[in-house]
Amino acid sequence: MTLTFFWIFGVIAMGSALLCITRKNPIGSALWLVVTLFALAALFVLLDAQFIAVLQVLVYAGAIMVLFLFVIMLLNLGRPGPTDIKGPVGVLAATVLAGALLLQLRVLSQATLPPGIRLPAGTISALQQQQGMVGSVANPLFAAYLVPFEIASVLLLAAIVGAVVLAKRKL
Amino acid sequence: MTGTTVDLIWLAPALALLGFVLNGALALLRPSAKTLVSVIGAGVLLAAFAVAIAVFTAFIGLPTAPEAPLVFRYWSWIPVGTLQVDFAFQVDQLSLVMLLVVTGVGSLIHLFSIGYMKEDPGYARYFAYLNLFVFFMLVLVLGASFPVMFVGWEGVGLCSYLLIGFWFNDAVNANAGRKAFIMNRIGDFGFMVAMFMIFWSTGSLDFDTVFAHAPTALAAGGTTITAITLLLFLGCTGKSAQIPLYTWLPDAMAGPTPVSALIHAATMVTAGVYLVARCNLLFALAPVSSAVVAGVGALTALFAATIALKQWDIKKVLAYSTISQLGYMFLAVGTGAISAGIFHLATHAFFKALLFLGSGSVIYAMHHAYHATHSHEDAQDMRNMGGLSRYMPWTTVLMWIATLAIAGIPVLSGFFSKDEILTAAFARGRIHPEWLVFWGFGLATALLTAFYMTRLILYTFYGPNRTGEQEQSHLHEAPWIMTGPLVVLGVLSAIGGILNVPALYHGGEWLHHWLEPVVHPGAALRPEAQLSSATEWMLVGIAVATAIIGMVGAWRLLRPQDLVPARSAPEERGFARVLRNKWYIDEIYDALFVRPLVWVSREVLWKQVDQRVIDGAAVNGAARGARALGWTNRWLQSGQVGTYVAIFVVGVLLVLWRAMS
Amino acid sequence: MLLSPALAISAVLFTLGVAGVLLRRNAIVIFMCVELMLNAVNLTFVALAQSLGVGGQVFVFFVMAVAAAEAAVGLAIILAVYRHKQSVSLQNMNLLKDG
Repeated sequence: MTLTFFWIFGVIAMGSALLCITRKNPIGSALWLVVTLFALAALFVLLDAQFIAVLQVLVYAGAIMVLFLFVIMLLNLGRPGPTDIKGPVGVLAATVLAGALLLQLRVLSQATLPPGIRLPAGTISALQQQQGMVGSVANPLFAAYLVPFEIASVLLLAAIVGAVVLAKRKL
Repeated sequence: MTGTTVDLIWLAPALALLGFVLNGALALLRPSAKTLVSVIGAGVLLAAFAVAIAVFTAFIGLPTAPEAPLVFRYWSWIPVGTLQVDFAFQVDQLSLVMLLVVTGVGSLIHLFSIGYMKEDPGYARYFAYLNLFVFFMLVLVLGASFPVMFVGWEGVGLCSYLLIGFWFNDAVNANAGRKAFIMNRIGDFGFMVAMFMIFWSTGSLDFDTVFAHAPTALAAGGTTITAITLLLFLGCTGKSAQIPLYTWLPDAMAGPTPVSALIHAATMVTAGVYLVARCNLLFALAPVSSAVVAGVGALTALFAATIALKQWDIKKVLAYSTISQLGYMFLAVGTGAISAGIFHLATHAFFKALLFLGSGSVIYAMHHAYHATHSHEDAQDMRNMGGLSRYMPWTTVLMWIATLAIAGIPVLSGFFSKDEILTAAFARGRIHPEWLVFWGFGLATALLTAFYMTRLILYTFYGPNRTGEQEQSHLHEAPWIMTGPLVVLGVLSAIGGILNVPALYHGGEWLHHWLEPVVHPGAALRPEAQLSSATEWMLVGIAVATAIIGMVGAWRLLRPQDLVPARSAPEERGFARVLRNKWYIDEIYDALFVRPLVWVSREVLWKQVDQRVIDGAAVNGAARGARALGWTNRWLQSGQVGTYVAIFVVGVLLVLWRAMS
Repeated sequence: MLLSPALAISAVLFTLGVAGVLLRRNAIVIFMCVELMLNAVNLTFVALAQSLGVGGQVFVFFVMAVAAAEAAVGLAIILAVYRHKQSVSLQNMNLLKDG
């Protein structure tokens, strides 16, 4: 059952990603990317990462993609550009390289994990039973990974300042 | 070394070299200083001759007759591994004879040149080259080893080229010089390979060491020694104009007449004979090669004589005569009669130089006559001459002396030398029958020689004059600076026989005994051939009779009054035409060798190899490759972000590929 | 059990992202394809979290934070470039060429 749903949402994700990269209109690309993000959120839920799924919808689809759309509108790029997609040579090069990449990734993902590391199935859901869906992520975040957490916040501050500086007309 | 004047041997070539340097400088800086050039040019030669006389006298006067030749080593030239070649001169009986001939006859020709070339703008250059030639010739005859001799050998070839093409503005002269040089190079190749083989088999290139080791190191009659001697002889055929490499000599008549006299009669062309004489031991060890030498010599003698019968240019007749007489010399040294060959070399130098210089006087007079009347007739064609004895009595007499000498009329020098050669050939014929054929050739050549030389005298000096009415008043004897040397040569041609009067006439055979130390080792290996006195007298009689028949026959049969000036002369027909055109050998060589070679050079080597391969593939290809490489790099750094991303992805693929394997 | 399909989908999404970067000339669209690649990686992390521990999900948290920062700064750059060149086409961004 879970597998069926997984594949349904997986196909939706792949299909909308393909559509995303082939639209002439940037708005179209953005919107299809949003669909992809939603499908991915569904996949996260199916993989016992509910908190992450919600974050995906809130942050990625809700904030980042909205920012993209703002910029597209701001620069008045809503119309499809004639030379937006590369010519036949580019298409060929892209196909070849992407194909090669896909082959390599498939080969690499056939590899199996070493036996000692693998955790028994259902560990995550058990953890979630114990600490709650948010708690299972938050506890490591504030305990083992506290320093990266703080640094991430500094990073966000730097990004804000940088974005403001770069986008101003006059300093 | 010896503490006598013999030590001054180096002075002779050094003087000639000094003459070249000074005259060369004058030619470049002050070409009009003709008197100074004359003094230097002829002066160094006369000084060299004086040195030669002094060395000769001192050599005779040495308290102990040297067993081995005196070798003066000046510096170590090529010390490489086991090869040690010094720049060294060798003073022995043979080199002294050559030294005297070269400097003596050379001096006379230099004096003649002063008058002959007086009005030429290249006067200083001429004497510079002439002096350089004498220097190289002396290095050749005095060299103590094969390489030193080869330096002289090549050097005289170079000077021959420079002097044949002296009036290089005319393409004919330049081509003649080039032809001479190239044909000589073919022979030189043989010389060099022979040198390599000599070093390989005997371990040295010095004459004394090689000849000491040769009998033991080389099997008599074996392949190695035969190959060595045949290759040496190839060099001789080039330098001394024998079959097959003789065709350059008639063309070389394009040079000034004194050059023809000095280089192509008296000295350079005799270098081959000198080489065989010097290496007589090697040739004695290879009977096959000796037979080849004698055979080729005899054949060339006859062959060239037939061509001379129908030549009209006075210098061409003498050129073929030279080839023919050189054939006699090779017949002699091939038979083992070294002293006979050298004897003929010396007497030939006398009378052939006289003949050339005499014809030079004639040409000088004809040239002046035509110049005065602004005519463009050929001053060297005998059909334009005739009856010149009226205008040039001295020259006529002297030319007669030379003609009698070359024909072999008794008492004159040529009689003794030629006769000795024929006798030696006949004597060998008793043991090896093929030599009788050679003797027959020699005898036939004597007949033809007498005939064509008398023809030359007849057409030039007797009969009606065909030069023209107006020109006749301008014909006169040459100035004394030119006629003087002719007189000296005439005397030498007449009495030169005294050098080696055979035992048959109770003579002392001086030259024969003089050269004994040089000839002895080789002579010991050859078959001894003795003739009875009666046979010898009979041979002498046959030879003299042949000569007289030739001369009288020419006098009676030829009709100078039937001759027409060259411009309106009819073409030859029939067999005469073949002789006139030198048996078409030049044309045959051209078709067989020259044209294919030129074709290969042009079509294959130039168009394909040079243009396509070297220029196209290598040079242009390298440029194109560099440009393509640059174009690739340009694409790599185009500044286009899209390109960079693509390369980025390629890098990622490579990293993943590494991870996979 | 869900690991292998998850990895497969993730590989395809990543490849599509790369293809998109190579195919498109519009700078903003290329940016979006980069986000697609990041998401594919997120999927991989979450899928492997089931086998290797919850640290995978924590890492996805951080990836999202960085992606947000990156998007902000990157779009600001594109804005600045647009002001100069009046275009966001990749062809015109060739200032690395000269010099």
